[in-house]
Amino acid sequence: MASLNDFLFVSGLLFAIGLAGVIIRRNIIVIFMCLELMLAAASLTLVAFSRFHLTNGLPDYNGQVFVFFIITVAAAEVAVGLAIIVALYRARQTINVEDLTSMRG
Amino acid sequence: MDPLAFYFLSFLAVTGGVLLVAFRNPVSSALAMVLSFVGLAGLFVGLNAFFVGVVQILVYAGAIMVLFIFIIMLLDLNNERSIRFRSSTVLAGLVVPLLLIAQVLGVIQGGVEGEEAQFGEITAETMADSAAAFPEDSAIHKSLTHEKAPKLPDTNLIGHTIFTRYNFPLQVMGALLLVATVGVVVLSKRSLAKAPADS
Repeated sequence: MASLNDFLFVSGLLFAIGLAGVIIRRNIIVIFMCLELMLAAASLTLVAFSRFHLTNGLPDYNGQVFVFFIITVAAAEVAVGLAIIVALYRARQTINVEDLTSMRG
Repeated sequence: MDPLAFYFLSFLAVTGGVLLVAFRNPVSSALAMVLSFVGLAGLFVGLNAFFVGVVQILVYAGAIMVLFIFIIMLLDLNNERSIRFRSSTVLAGLVVPLLLIAQVLGVIQGGVEGEEAQFGEITAETMADSAAAFPEDSAIHKSLTHEKAPKLPDTNLIGHTIFTRYNFPLQVMGALLLVATVGVVVLSKRSLAKAPADS
């Protein structure tokens, strides 16, 4: 039987992989995908705690409603973010973050 | 949840995550992301969260992945020049996540332990007990106390929670989606109108 701690560890591992991708990768689209992975890893924590905290014999559905809202926000975020990336590519012809230095102080 | 299924699905999710970071081609990265999200959706189903698992597949592995692939194809990034990674960024990208994992492990060690960290069982008896909180003729009550095959009506229960306790946040989400849609149209349109003026 997999315990709560196992799920929390997998969630932390996925979050760390996403973080590593955000730091290492230079392609802005792949960075964006890694951000999505980090959001999904946080959802796993919420669902695991929702299942763990039984209220009246049923899972605590507040956590799952929260995950539902996170997925909604992530979908909106992806649409806006990709539109920004397309606009950026039109303006600069690059999606490599090392070439985008105009905001460097 | 069966340990074998747990290990298989978490292996799927973690492998997908590692491949997402490791692949050089963005299209391969997008497909690795789908692998990871399918594994995650399996873990959700293993936690009796069927609705969230299905929504995860539909939204992430369906809509969002198609959007990513579409943008990658649109920008024609397949023949991306090979990038040399700086050793300082790779070092930071390994050290910071390892510190995070160490912290997570520390929290897990100090948290609920052994037997107490096990998930409570959801059986036909516990479901029949919890059905008392809902009206007799409701779909939730009927599904929980079904004579032959009682099952957890988690979609109904999430709907019940959203429309009783989270009514206002739901309206805010609707407004957010509308604003995002309008924002995307404005973002794409402005650059279209600007393009002829620049050239």
